[in-house]
Amino acid sequence: MWNSPAEFFAMGGYALYVWSSFGVCALVLLLEPLLVRSRFKVAVRRLKQEQLAEQFDRESGQ
Amino acid sequence: MNPVNNPPFSNSRLINWFKLSSPSTFYPVAGKLIPLFWVLAALFGLAGLWVSFFVAPVDAVQGQGYRIIFIHVPASWMSMLIYLVMAAWAGLGLVFNTRLSAMMAQALAPVGAWMAFLSLWTGAFWGKPMWGAWWVWDARLTSELILLFLYLGFIALRASIDDSRRADKAAAILALVGVVNVPIIYFSVKWWNTLHQGASVSLTKAPAMAQTMLLGMLLMALCFWMYSIAVALMRVRVIILEREAHTDWVRQLSEVKS
Repeated sequence: MWNSPAEFFAMGGYALYVWSSFGVCALVLLLEPLLVRSRFKVAVRRLKQEQLAEQFDRESGQ
Repeated sequence: MNPVNNPPFSNSRLINWFKLSSPSTFYPVAGKLIPLFWVLAALFGLAGLWVSFFVAPVDAVQGQGYRIIFIHVPASWMSMLIYLVMAAWAGLGLVFNTRLSAMMAQALAPVGAWMAFLSLWTGAFWGKPMWGAWWVWDARLTSELILLFLYLGFIALRASIDDSRRADKAAAILALVGVVNVPIIYFSVKWWNTLHQGASVSLTKAPAMAQTMLLGMLLMALCFWMYSIAVALMRVRVIILEREAHTDWVRQLSEVKS
């Protein structure tokens, strides 16, 4: 169907429209899980710090 | 009451679905399911992209520009499906007062909003070369834009109420009222004379497109579907950690213990 990579990327003259659609789509689908993962890490770090603080409280209270 | 060691509801060997409705049992199960859905999303995505770009033939009227269909239609389908699922979870949470249902609705809203955004974005980049306009106030386009605003309204309303249980209830009512918009989007091309084309795939008629085009679209739709489940499960785990931070079982989790 495609005779050369250049022809593929030209998309029959619709390159701007096709690649803007697929590009933004790929960007969104990659960014969203990365954002969720960083939010997960923040939540875990906060819980860990809370536990450390409590442990410290217990130890210094004795 | 210890949430981890609930007495079993029954002794049957079947999965106890009621037990899964508790965040403490669902959290590890979701963690195990996430990689599975990522693998499925990647497989369907690769197969779908291959068919979309290398198998499906050129369109007689729209040339290569029609290939936007392979992400436009799946994104639009998912934006509507996710809304229905989100409203169903929100409604369940409202009726049974279950925390996890409301958390599921909360986790689905951003995925759905992104899908609605992608539907509008790819639609604009398809409309410009084919209709000559990025945007028209057509019934289909307008109702999809309203769907995006419903998602954003759901997220904003939840975020604006401090008490998370009250936020769940208010957002659930908004989600349920907004359900009326989904059939409006779906039937808009029939009810009004729209610039947007009619449905190219329906359950009752043979699809008006080449078999390979349909195959590519279905594979991409499955990819988006698996992706949405994977991201929603990831997000619901974060929400569980944030909202159940005070509970003993969260403190006992291996990833939290230092």
